[in-house]
Amino acid sequence: MLEAFDNFWSIYSNLVLTLGTNALLALSIYLTLSCGMLAMANAAFMGIGAYAAAILTMNYGWPFPAVLAAGMVAPAVVAFVIGRPVLRLSGVYLAMATLAFGEVVRIVALQAESLTGGALGLNGIPQLTQWWHVLLAVVVVLAVLARLRRSKVGRAFEAIKEDETAAGLMGIDVDGHKMLAFALGAAIAGLAGALNAHLTFFIGPQEFGFDRGVEILTMTILGGINSLFGPALGAIIITLLPELLRGLKDYRAVFNGLILVAIVLFLPKGLWNPAWLRRLAGRGKGNAR
Amino acid sequence: VLEQQLFNALSLGCVYALFALGFTLVFGVLGVINLSQGAVFMVGAYAALTAITKLHAPLWLAILGAFAFSGLVGLAIDRLVLKPLRRRDAPHLIPMIATIGLGQSLNNLVQGLFGAENQRFPSEVLPQESLVIAGVSVTVLELGIILVSFVLMTLLLVTLRKTQLGRALRAIAESPKAARLLGIDVEGLFMATSFAAAGLGGIAGVLIGLYSNALFPLMGQPMLHKGIAVIILGGMGDIRGAMIAGLFLGFAEVLSVAYIGSDMRDAVAFGLLFLVLLVRPKGLFGKTQERKV
Repeated sequence: MLEAFDNFWSIYSNLVLTLGTNALLALSIYLTLSCGMLAMANAAFMGIGAYAAAILTMNYGWPFPAVLAAGMVAPAVVAFVIGRPVLRLSGVYLAMATLAFGEVVRIVALQAESLTGGALGLNGIPQLTQWWHVLLAVVVVLAVLARLRRSKVGRAFEAIKEDETAAGLMGIDVDGHKMLAFALGAAIAGLAGALNAHLTFFIGPQEFGFDRGVEILTMTILGGINSLFGPALGAIIITLLPELLRGLKDYRAVFNGLILVAIVLFLPKGLWNPAWLRRLAGRGKGNAR
Repeated sequence: VLEQQLFNALSLGCVYALFALGFTLVFGVLGVINLSQGAVFMVGAYAALTAITKLHAPLWLAILGAFAFSGLVGLAIDRLVLKPLRRRDAPHLIPMIATIGLGQSLNNLVQGLFGAENQRFPSEVLPQESLVIAGVSVTVLELGIILVSFVLMTLLLVTLRKTQLGRALRAIAESPKAARLLGIDVEGLFMATSFAAAGLGGIAGVLIGLYSNALFPLMGQPMLHKGIAVIILGGMGDIRGAMIAGLFLGFAEVLSVAYIGSDMRDAVAFGLLFLVLLVRPKGLFGKTQERKV
C-alpha cells in the first residue's frame, strides 16, 4: 500500500504540487475579478515573485520562509507602485494596461541578464518546496479569502463590482479597496511563483508571458467566481486536462482555448454554479442564468 | 543613413497602422476588443504562404486570398461567438475573454498544421529590385508595402467619411439601438465590419511576413500587443488616431533601435503606452467621455 503510494508520488508529485500553485494563481486573479477589475498582470506578478525568490535563495542564501515572504512582498510593492496610475483605468483600458505591464516585465526579465539570466532563465534553483508548503499555502490563502469575503472589505469589493459609482456614493473607498485587491492578488501570485520556482528547478521569462496570463484567467473563468471553490476547481481541471488530453498531442492548447470559448458561451457563471449544479441534478427550478 | 531609417520606419509604421485599423474598427463598431486579431493576422500570412507554395499563386493574388480567408475567419468568429454574446448582452469583458481563447486555439492549430519553426516566402516571389529616390535606396518591396497600406487606409477612410455605408457605420458606432430604429441593417453591417477588419489584419500579416520574411505561429502575439498599444495611443475606436499612432510607433521603434539599441525595441510600444495612460487615460487623440452612470 505504502509502496504503491510512493510509486504514485514519485511520478505525480510535481503534478499534484502544480495543482496547488495553479489554485493559488486562480485565486489571485479571482481577487481582482471579485472587485470588478479584469487585471491581466498576474502572470507578471508570479514572475516577479519567482525571480525575487530564486535570486534570494541562489545569490544570498536567505532561509526559505524569508524567501517566500519576499516573493510575496516584491510583487505587492510593484502592484502598489503601478496601481496608483493603472487602477484609475476601468474596463478594457485596465486589461490593456495590465497586459502591457506584463510585457514590460517579460522584456525586463529578458534584458537584465546579470540578474535573471536573460532568455536562458535561472537554472539549478534548489528544490526546497515540500508538499506541505504548498498545501499550507493553499489552505491559508483559502481561509484568508473566505474570511475576507464575509468581512466588510469583501462586501465592499462586491459593491464595487456591481456598481462602482454607487459604491463610491455610499461612502466606500473605491480606490483604496481596488488597490487592496490588486496588491493582495499580486502577493498571492508571487507566492505561487516563489513556490513554483523552488519546485521546477528552472524559471525563464517565457513562463510568465501572455499565455500564462491566459491560462490563469481560463482557470478562474472556467470554475466561476461566485465562490472560492470555483477558481480552485478550475485550476484542478486545467492542470489535469493536459494529462487527460495527451492523445491530442500538439492540439492540446487548441482544445484549451476552445474550452474557454465554450465556457463563456454556454456557462457564463462558470462550472461551480450552485443553480446550474442543482438543475443538473434535476432538482433546481432551472434558472441557471 | 537617417533618411534610410525614416523610410524603414514608414514601411513598418504603415503595417502597424493597417493592423490597428482593423482592430480599432471592430471596437468602434461592435464595441468589442477582439483579442483574436493577432491570430487572424497570422492566419492571413499563412494563407498567403499556402497560396504561393501550394497553389503557385502570384503574390498579388495571394494577398487577395489572404484578405478573403482571414476575413472569413473573422466573419466566423463574429457569427459563432460574438453574436451569441451580443444577444445575451454580456458585459464587455466577456467577448474579450472569448476572443483570447479563440486566438490561443488558432495559434496552436496553425502550429499543429505547419509546425512551430519559421517559414519563409520563396525568394522568387519577392521583388528583389531597389530604386534610388532622392539619394535613398529603397526596395520595391518596401515601396509596395507602403503603397498597399496607403491605398487600403485611404479606401477605408473615404468609405467611412463619404459613403452611405460609412454613415450607417458611424451611426452604429454612436448607438446600435438607435441605428436599428433608423432602419439600418445592424447585424449585416456587423458582419461586414468583422469581415473587413479581419481581412485588413490578414493583409497586414502578409505584409509583415514579406517585410521580415519569417512566418511563425506566434507572430501575431507581438503584433497584437503592439496593436493594443497603438489603438490606445490613438484613442479606442478612432480610425485616424490609430493610423497616426501606428505610423508614430513605427518611427519610435526604428529610431530607438538606431539611437538607443536594439534591445529596447519591443519595450518602446509599451513604454509609450504606459506613459500615455498615465497622462491621458483615453489616448492621445481620444475625447474624454462622460462616465455613464
